[in-house]
Amino acid sequence: MDIQENKSTLNVVPRNDDKIKKIWKTALILLAITAAEFVMAFTMPRGIILYVLFMALTIWKAKYIMMEFMHLGDEVKPLIYSILVPIAFLFWLIIVLIKEGSDIFSLRWF
Amino acid sequence: MSTHSTAIGVSSKRGVWGGGNEPLKASYGKLMMWFFLLSDIFTFAAFLITYLSIRVSYPAYAGPAKEFVGSNEYWPIPELVFDAIPFVHGVHAPLVFVGLMTFILIASSVTMVLAVEAGHRNDRNDVVKWMLWTLLGGITFLGCQAWEWNHFIHGSEAGAVLNYINGISQNVTETVFGANLLVNEYGPASFANLFFFITGFHGFHVTIGVVLLFMVFYQAAVGVYDRRGHYEMVEKVGLYWHFVDLVWVFVFTLFYLI
Repeated sequence: MDIQENKSTLNVVPRNDDKIKKIWKTALILLAITAAEFVMAFTMPRGIILYVLFMALTIWKAKYIMMEFMHLGDEVKPLIYSILVPIAFLFWLIIVLIKEGSDIFSLRWF
Repeated sequence: MSTHSTAIGVSSKRGVWGGGNEPLKASYGKLMMWFFLLSDIFTFAAFLITYLSIRVSYPAYAGPAKEFVGSNEYWPIPELVFDAIPFVHGVHAPLVFVGLMTFILIASSVTMVLAVEAGHRNDRNDVVKWMLWTLLGGITFLGCQAWEWNHFIHGSEAGAVLNYINGISQNVTETVFGANLLVNEYGPASFANLFFFITGFHGFHVTIGVVLLFMVFYQAAVGVYDRRGHYEMVEKVGLYWHFVDLVWVFVFTLFYLI
């Protein structure tokens, strides 16, 4: 009885190698970007150019994770937009709070 | 899987107002997970943007990296703070350990997406296998973070001489070892506070994730999803787990690279 209950009642679909290959390819891209960031941290001079590059690479990685791993890219357009559009508000917050921080810097140190 | 609707088929006469439509073509559970994650994106974004804001309000350390000493006058260079690895003492290995942690978390995200893919195919054996790998990655990451915190709290052997206001409002100058919420040997007090708060909140998410992963692993192994007829739970927990990885990608950049 137990053994019968434990048997799969669903049809097991065989592996699709192309899909699995795509997952590993995405993983390789993510690892390559992280490795590149790692190398850049030690070889490039610290400064605004490096930081912008880091942020760009990070957002690029985030895109791969959301679109490929979380399958957001496979959802319908309204769902994609209802997730991505609200995130746009954050860019305002980033600009405002960095400005605020640098103003505090001026007040505190000069 | 989003296409399995139990609602009564929509007749063309009733149109879009008759109910039973699925405009987003996703199940209730998946949609709610997405909107929960959206709210969590805002929470983490608020923390990380606060970090940026406080960071730019302090001067960055300007001198050569070799002569770096911790001080609460300027923000430290991350690669000189996080430069230790377990089991070898006193070796300067900047960012190696945190790089390994990042690698582990990304790897566990990959095995998670493989588990989701196996779930789509109703392949119980593959789901169980990949869930176990993911679980292992999650637990390893938590262990690494525990070590990282432990090292951060206890600090280096040399410590740093700091002038600060202590818990009973006295202005003192003394050698400080490691970090607590009041003072730390690496940089301004906010540096350690933000580190504890943000990586702690992320670690809390990972802990919840590990509990959920174990639940899915167990339920898949005993055949709950086979009897239920679908493996959607793997997908939902998968979304959460990828989100944890997504947040770490930003934490890694802001805390360890910039």
